[in-house]
Amino acid sequence: MANWIPLWLHKLSSPPVFYRFAGTLRPWAIGLALVLGLVALYGGLVLAPPDYQQGDDYRIIFIHVPSAWMSLFIYGVMGVAAFIALVWRIKLAEVVAMASAPIGAAFTFITLVTGSLWGVRMWGTWWSWDARLTSELVLLFLYLGVIALYHSFEDRRQGARTAAFLALIGIVNVPIVHFSVNWWNTLHQGSTIKLLDPSTIAPAMVWPLLTMMIATKLYYVASLCGRVRADLLALEGGKDWVRQIAEDEVRG
Amino acid sequence: MNPTRQRRLTIIIAILVAVTVAAALVVYALQQNMNYLFTPSQVQAGEATSYKTFRLGGMVKAGSIQRSNDSLKVTFTVVDASGAMPVEYTGILPDLFRENQSVIATGHMDHARFVATEVLAKHDETYMPKELKDAMAKAHAGKRIDEAANQDKQQL
Repeated sequence: MANWIPLWLHKLSSPPVFYRFAGTLRPWAIGLALVLGLVALYGGLVLAPPDYQQGDDYRIIFIHVPSAWMSLFIYGVMGVAAFIALVWRIKLAEVVAMASAPIGAAFTFITLVTGSLWGVRMWGTWWSWDARLTSELVLLFLYLGVIALYHSFEDRRQGARTAAFLALIGIVNVPIVHFSVNWWNTLHQGSTIKLLDPSTIAPAMVWPLLTMMIATKLYYVASLCGRVRADLLALEGGKDWVRQIAEDEVRG
Repeated sequence: MNPTRQRRLTIIIAILVAVTVAAALVVYALQQNMNYLFTPSQVQAGEATSYKTFRLGGMVKAGSIQRSNDSLKVTFTVVDASGAMPVEYTGILPDLFRENQSVIATGHMDHARFVATEVLAKHDETYMPKELKDAMAKAHAGKRIDEAANQDKQQL
């Protein structure tokens, strides 16, 4: 078996190596995210035809749905990182989990707000306590709980490990959000993009949606890289590699 | 893996399993007890009698919408596969409200009639341009005619 993969991962989990790696990755990710995001917006708002029953109002889907996907995806990443942090006590995993929480909370918030705007135009109400809407709101509270718990400890690593525990337990909500529209009668409609069955959306509408999905993923990567770099510097303050960077900055 | 990590891994997996089982049981229980809406046939079977106000969900029957001339009052029939329920509502309906559209009405029963205080329109998860929808409707109608023709042939 090729054992360079675990070796490479092991090396990458060292703060100075990851600091440099994230520094190289970040500009590429943010650049691509911007380009793809603009292409997707142009495709969605200009090129895509109006919907047969919702007219132009459906176009909020190009923000709402990618944000909703990200709210679940980031929670998944945070959960996995929290698991690694709790079992192996790897510093980088703690930092990744805690840096993911605010980004995920932002996407969840965008999902709820855009959903509300869409709802008032199509359903006729801003909010309804149906299973999908309620479980997505619980997801936002979980994110906020993780952030609050992390900051309520004097010792950052102690805080990260405690908050990681909440993040890990909260992961049961992720399948509930996803399957809520199948398990209960809801006001919210079912999934349009399906992995196994054909999707129920015209090709001219689906490509901007998928492009936006990639753009939001890349934005998350870029944002995560930036946050992790800052957190690593703060956490490793007295170490040689940080001092080296600080000295280089002063000299440069 | 060293013993400490082994122990942490076991504890965390045990907690995860416990939480998953608990969540699965809650979801299972809520599926039977949590009703966002009742369909007309469920209401007629008496399943909603314990609620003063509840949500009624179904399709607006074609040709059943009657608007009052001098007020915002509108009456229509909500149907599901095997039941029908007359609904009365006074107010502004959402744009998507029309015949054969899924709606969710909140209100209470007044004798055999459902008096709604809020009517919401549901939309499905299908998105397509109008031209495609028209083409599909045409193809569908054509197919129906073909089928009818075939049936006629068989009868002959």
